[in-house]
Amino acid sequence: MGSTTEAQPAMAGHSEEGVRRRDFIHVATASFAGVGTVAALWPFVSQMNPSADVLALASIEVDLSPIEDGQGVKALWQAKPVFVRRLTAKEQQEADAVPLSDLRDPETLEQRTKPGHKEWLINVGICTHLGCIPLGITEGEPRGDYGGYFCPCHGSHYDTAARIRKGPAPTNLVVPPYEFKTPTMIEIG
Amino acid sequence: MSFPWARQYEPKHPLMRYLDERLPLPRFVYNAVGPGYPVPRNINYWYNFGVLAGLALVIQLLTGIVAAMHYSAGAAVSFNSVEHLMRDVNWGWLIRYMHANGASFFFIVVYLHIFRGLYYGSYKQPREMVWMLGVVIFLLMMATAFMGYVLPWGQMSFWGAQVITSLFSAIPVVGESIRTWLVGGFAPSQATITRFFSLHYLLPFAIVGVVILKIWALHIPGSTNPTGVEVQGPQDTLPFHPYFTAKDFFGVCVYLLIFAAFVFFMPNSLGHPDNYIPANQLATPAHIVPEWYFWPFYAILRSFTVDFLWIPAKLWGVVAMFASILLLFFLPWLDKSHVKSTSYRPAYRIWFWILVIDVLILGLCGGKPAEEPWVRISQFASAYYFAHFLMILPLVSFFEKPLPLPDSIASSVLEKTGQSVAPAATPAE
Repeated sequence: MGSTTEAQPAMAGHSEEGVRRRDFIHVATASFAGVGTVAALWPFVSQMNPSADVLALASIEVDLSPIEDGQGVKALWQAKPVFVRRLTAKEQQEADAVPLSDLRDPETLEQRTKPGHKEWLINVGICTHLGCIPLGITEGEPRGDYGGYFCPCHGSHYDTAARIRKGPAPTNLVVPPYEFKTPTMIEIG
Repeated sequence: MSFPWARQYEPKHPLMRYLDERLPLPRFVYNAVGPGYPVPRNINYWYNFGVLAGLALVIQLLTGIVAAMHYSAGAAVSFNSVEHLMRDVNWGWLIRYMHANGASFFFIVVYLHIFRGLYYGSYKQPREMVWMLGVVIFLLMMATAFMGYVLPWGQMSFWGAQVITSLFSAIPVVGESIRTWLVGGFAPSQATITRFFSLHYLLPFAIVGVVILKIWALHIPGSTNPTGVEVQGPQDTLPFHPYFTAKDFFGVCVYLLIFAAFVFFMPNSLGHPDNYIPANQLATPAHIVPEWYFWPFYAILRSFTVDFLWIPAKLWGVVAMFASILLLFFLPWLDKSHVKSTSYRPAYRIWFWILVIDVLILGLCGGKPAEEPWVRISQFASAYYFAHFLMILPLVSFFEKPLPLPDSIASSVLEKTGQSVAPAATPAE
């Protein structure tokens, strides 16, 4: 381009100073191609997000009627175990008796249950330390020093409200989003 | 690896100098596809199809790697996993339609690229190796495309696998054993899908390897050009960048426009609806044909209907089909004319266009059912195909009187604009 332009300086639209037509064309082409490339690449990124069939299983229903006082069940929600436990009156009292100042992650049992359903404790059954499944939901499993859950991987102890009391875990077992559809039926997710 | 007047890479920034002394990748790119690669200045838009084939390969790799993230290989799961990709995966329909149509478009540009090479004598000395590597890529592409078509495990997938692997059963004595070995069973099954998936993922990278060899071989003599006269000096060439990057970019835009029209508005027009029926090994579809890009060769396969010289028709068909492609390896020595460009070969030009029509007729016949008149037409067309390469081409180059060639690329270009060669003696930057 160089020598051609120099040889024919009188060519229309080719002033030496200021913005040339060609500059505009270059910027317009590069912008258009850039936006187009990003738009074309987006599907290749987005395809790695959960697909429609995975999202369709994002919520589950759990029937509470067969669960007796002091019993717990495991449910599977979004590929994670969910602990559903019916607390006994004694367990509720034990949880209420703990002063909040003793807790690493201060929360009352009321805050961790739904109003009027204080006996139903629902938690994601994954230790907040490094992701193991704590013991204690199934009959006969060790329930740790505080009578709740016990993670055998690195020794985290949870109390009857599934709050962290001892061991390396930083926070209480997570309460998933859920609501009571009927007094004996919850929908998680 | 280039002409002596090629521009030299001179890194200005200290960082680029530092890099150049340790890992001269920018220098490599500069010399391969940058201002350091001189290209005949007169190449026309038919010379875009090499770059377009490269683009098609990249699109197939990208969409294929992504499709493989959602695909499951197995007789019980493949069909459903493809439907899962179409219905559930974010943008999965786009990825699959790009991959399926991308295969067809890859073949479209490669066929145009091959006929460009035939017309402008790109296979002739000193570019025989470039041509033969191209034929290797073409064979690898056909194997890859066939195995990819089997993966959705629809009716056409299954029966395509059945028919194509049965080609090998035509080999005397050991044929049936080879076929059983290829599919890993007595018919295409679980083992066939998993091995085809493995190879379908592997072969494209083999293609990439051969493409690199081909570009390497091409860059020694450089491209041919529409005159067929070799480059003699700096006045005959222009740097690849920006002149031909710009020209290729325009071609890429046109290509992507047409590609997008197919992907978005008629994504199934090049496919076959029967492949949306899950594979059923107890019922063959009424009209079983391969994908359109195999039709000319399929027509040659089917054109042998009687045993001849104690050799069964089945074996004749298979041998002829493979021979029709392998023949291309010998093209540099079958065409004895020293004139490269068909523009200066008045007699061969006619025969070239007859060959184009002949291949189109073969393609038409290959897509039709195996009944008259298509079988008879494909018999004549197949005979002509072989006659072109084995008889007409050697004879024409012997009898033909070529037109006078221009003195140089520069003079042929300047003749058109009415200028003389003299002012162009200064190297075009």
